[in-house]
Amino acid sequence: MLTIRDLHVRGGGHEILRGIDLSIDAGEVHAIMGPNGSGKSTLARVLAGHPEYEVTAGDVRYQGEDLLAMDPETRARAGVFMAFQYPVEIPGVNNAYFLKAALNAVRKHRGQDELDAMEFMSLVRDRMKLLDIDQALLNRPVNEGFSGGEKKRNEIFQMAVLEPTLAILDETDSGLDIDALKIVAQGVNEMRSPERALLLVTHYQRLLNYIVPDVVHVLTEGRIVRSGGKELALELEEKGYVGLEEAPAARA
Amino acid sequence: MATVINPAGAYTAAFRRLAARVAATQPDWVTRRRQRAIDTFERLGFPTTRDEEWRFTNVTPIAETEFVPAGDALAAGNPPAVESFRLPMATAELVFVNGRYASALSKVGSLPPGARVESLASALTSHASELEQHLAHVAEFERQAFVALNTALWTDGVFVSVPAGTVLQSPVHIMFVSTGIRQQKSDTAGGCAAITHPRVLVLAGRDSQFSIVESYLGASDGRYFTNAVTEIVLGDQALVEHYKLQAERDISYHMATIRAVAASNATFRSHSIGFGGALVRNDVVATLSGEGAECTLNGLDFADGTRLVDNHTMIDHAKPHCSSRELYKVILADRARAVFNGKIVVRPDAQKTDAKQTNKALLLSEDAQINTKPQLEIFANDVKCTHGAAVGQMDEDALFYLRARGLALRDAREFLIHAFAGEVLNKMPLEALRDRADAELLRQLTRSGAGR
Ligand SMILES: Nc1ncnc2c1ncn2[C@@H]1O[C@H](COP(=O)(O)OP(=O)(O)OP(=O)(O)O)[C@@H](O)[C@H]1O
Ligand SMILES: [Mg+2]
Repeated sequence: MLTIRDLHVRGGGHEILRGIDLSIDAGEVHAIMGPNGSGKSTLARVLAGHPEYEVTAGDVRYQGEDLLAMDPETRARAGVFMAFQYPVEIPGVNNAYFLKAALNAVRKHRGQDELDAMEFMSLVRDRMKLLDIDQALLNRPVNEGFSGGEKKRNEIFQMAVLEPTLAILDETDSGLDIDALKIVAQGVNEMRSPERALLLVTHYQRLLNYIVPDVVHVLTEGRIVRSGGKELALELEEKGYVGLEEAPAARA
Repeated sequence: MATVINPAGAYTAAFRRLAARVAATQPDWVTRRRQRAIDTFERLGFPTTRDEEWRFTNVTPIAETEFVPAGDALAAGNPPAVESFRLPMATAELVFVNGRYASALSKVGSLPPGARVESLASALTSHASELEQHLAHVAEFERQAFVALNTALWTDGVFVSVPAGTVLQSPVHIMFVSTGIRQQKSDTAGGCAAITHPRVLVLAGRDSQFSIVESYLGASDGRYFTNAVTEIVLGDQALVEHYKLQAERDISYHMATIRAVAASNATFRSHSIGFGGALVRNDVVATLSGEGAECTLNGLDFADGTRLVDNHTMIDHAKPHCSSRELYKVILADRARAVFNGKIVVRPDAQKTDAKQTNKALLLSEDAQINTKPQLEIFANDVKCTHGAAVGQMDEDALFYLRARGLALRDAREFLIHAFAGEVLNKMPLEALRDRADAELLRQLTRSGAGR
């Protein structure tokens, strides 16, 4: 589904990603772990199409197509979803109204009918329940004044509504209390299917107890320095990232 | 630097013609006030950019154009724009086409006892004494050339009077529609255009409550100049919600003054929404002349091309325990320019004043420009006055967030522009007008391509 080859990315005058190779098949869950500043969010944002980064080399294929040639909205409509590490507050834009517009943009692309406000509400009701989102949150401006946990739950709620094919979750577990983590993990697990792929960026093994990955990658200084099974996450929890830079990168 | 091109000649001639025509019918006091106003205008001439109040707004295009009274030069007709701007729920709807009252297009439903909504010209005979007390006494013109010009040359407008304790459930709507004079290709710079001087007087009796909507519309591609003055007098505890929707043509000029005086515990709210005009200047001046009076001044403008919109506001806190809230926002595209000057005066005995002013600009292009200046003159010591100004471009992170969920760039930009505008529009209690302003903004953005 997703094939990244030798991806080099610059941002703010620095080379942040320095040759990423990564391949994810439908039905798989991959986790990316790595120290602060290693380039995890940069990778997620580049895959979503953030205009602030410059791809200097490499190539990304999504369902056989050149992902980097698409603008962000085209990627979203084609089924790429990135849950933001820091969801943006947008005063004055109603959360429900925005999500309805987003859903209709995606549906239109899929050749489905657009939904009116009533149809939208009946469609999102059970997703709201799943992620414990109440009506008040839906009626507020996008992310404005949301607590950290509410922002993260709102991201996963959006994902549950938009039903992407490839979901990239950037530290969705950070800042969640244990109950919220379970709710979010349950929401994500509901989405798992043989047609979907998931890329989880996280610092904590804890999330991976709930959403069990097929492959774990370690990203350090813009490169994937190790890949392995879910037990790699446990090893990292124990030993940290120290010394991994020298380890040979292994392909899963 | 603007130089004054002997404007007074043409206006003096217009004044003489008008005076001869109305001499027999208008009361002496009107004649005297008109005379004083034309004398003042002749003394002042048009303002230049040397005048601090007009530093960033050059009115040379107006000074150099020969204007003819629209009512003399143009037929009344029934421009289609009238129908699309009607407010079906209005208590009364008075329509003026090229400065003339169009009674066939207007309707005055049943009003509560003692309430009046009628053309100012007819009120001059029917309610002369009420008018004498206020007309041209509320809006100063000693140093305001355009107000002086209107005071000398107005031919019609609206008189609204709502007696003590009376509440109007639905708004009074006043529409000033201009068709303007089409320009010939052969016309040299300056050319010839039509002028109107709409005049509105609103008297809100003690404990009365109502809303007034003034709509200014351009109905063809002709050139014209609207020079409007509105005077509003609020009695004790009165509440007036005043809306102005300015949708003039982009080649028109629009100079307008709204002058309000609020007595004890009265509430004056002004919502000024502007979308058109090549050269636009709004002066909104409110005096809180009784204890506990409140005023809210909100404004939203959009300008593109090389248009200029200038908002000057002044809130005079003359008495203790008054509060004022002010929020002016502007959206600028292309090489458009805006000026905001917000003056707040707190007089020596206006203790416990609570004033807050905010001005924000959204620049959609690198070449758009705003000059903003808060001007606080505080002579009392126990007061709370704050002001803030922010100038910014579209939030790139917000844009990306919206696009990353599937919204087209154009729609994402439109969402953010609407969100910016919404902070002002959502303060308008009249939903029909809010929707209209929103739709008009969308139409403007689409037309100018600024949403892209
Ligand atoms: N737009 C940018 N301009 C300049 N520097 C950037 C930009 N984006 C990221 N960086 C830098 O690139 C490096 C990687 O940042 P990134 O956000 O990808 O790290 P991360 O692995 O997600 O870290 P964390 O675990 O703290 O979230 C950091 O040093 C960061 O400061
Ligand atoms: Mg990060």
